[in-house]
Amino acid sequence: MRIIELNQSVTASNDKDAENLRKEMHDDHILLLNLMSSPGSGKTTLLSCIITDMKEDVRIGVMEADIASDVDALKIEALGAKALQAHTDGMCHMDAGMTRRAYEALDTKELDMIFLENVGNLICPAEFDTGAAINMMILSVPEGDDKPLKYPLMFEKSDVLVVTKMDTLDYFDFDLEKVRERVKVLNPAIKIFPVSAKTGEGMQALEDYLQESLNKWIS
Amino acid sequence: MHELGVVFKIIDDLEEVAQENDLHEINSVTLSLGEVSTVIPDYLEDCWKWAIQRTTLLKDAELKIETIPAITYCSNCGQTYETVKYAKICPHCGSDQTWLVQGNEFLIKEIEVPDE
Repeated sequence: MRIIELNQSVTASNDKDAENLRKEMHDDHILLLNLMSSPGSGKTTLLSCIITDMKEDVRIGVMEADIASDVDALKIEALGAKALQAHTDGMCHMDAGMTRRAYEALDTKELDMIFLENVGNLICPAEFDTGAAINMMILSVPEGDDKPLKYPLMFEKSDVLVVTKMDTLDYFDFDLEKVRERVKVLNPAIKIFPVSAKTGEGMQALEDYLQESLNKWIS
Repeated sequence: MHELGVVFKIIDDLEEVAQENDLHEINSVTLSLGEVSTVIPDYLEDCWKWAIQRTTLLKDAELKIETIPAITYCSNCGQTYETVKYAKICPHCGSDQTWLVQGNEFLIKEIEVPDE
């Protein structure tokens, strides 16, 4: 018997696939955003608001990863965006291979921006690079300001944190400043956008950021 | 929760290694698993036993798991401590300016194969 030393990271092949997909989408001039959150954080409502506000200028696609359902994709299509339901067959996260298959299944390059709605949990999606240009985490006010303490990796891996349901702030014990402090310790470069898709509060700043990111990506 | 996906990934990687090295059988696989890598060894072993039956390369391969202890460094007082026992707050000085030094690794360390 002989021993072959490998010392290779288990996520290495996924990292390679993700890097290839990112390059390809850069050549296609499409900005991919990976949305990660708990179930019920208001992802679909937030996306609906973004699509409604931006669809005149930006062609938006949505790839929804759900363990088994297509309710959300129907909601998104009703607003006029291209949507695709990617079933993960029970897997708890999207990896680069699954993202590529979903992108190919969308079957169009006539888009500027694609949102990948990752599976709703704060653990596994953080560990697998999907090939997205931007990782965006969504945290809703009712979930509480202690989430950065419980799920540090998710906050470390995200480029952007969107705090949703800001209109409910009066009803919950949620301290936005504490969130800022806790998140900045984990990830000093992260951008934080507090919004309410319901009242429109903060949406302009988020949409300006999305537009700027797109301009940078395709220039 | 994603142990099965991880096992599929390891099998894919090893199929590639086998092709590069012209291997047809692997007797054992050793993984280095950080203590706070979020992968649960028991689940991993169950998924492993199920998944390798679907391959020829790894059909009889034994899975060995080596644990890498989690250690945190405190940038305030310069000391290190056991992450699992004390988490984010330094037990020496009470600071929260602490960073994980090791413990979230997940590597395929080595494989054992028959002699040529």
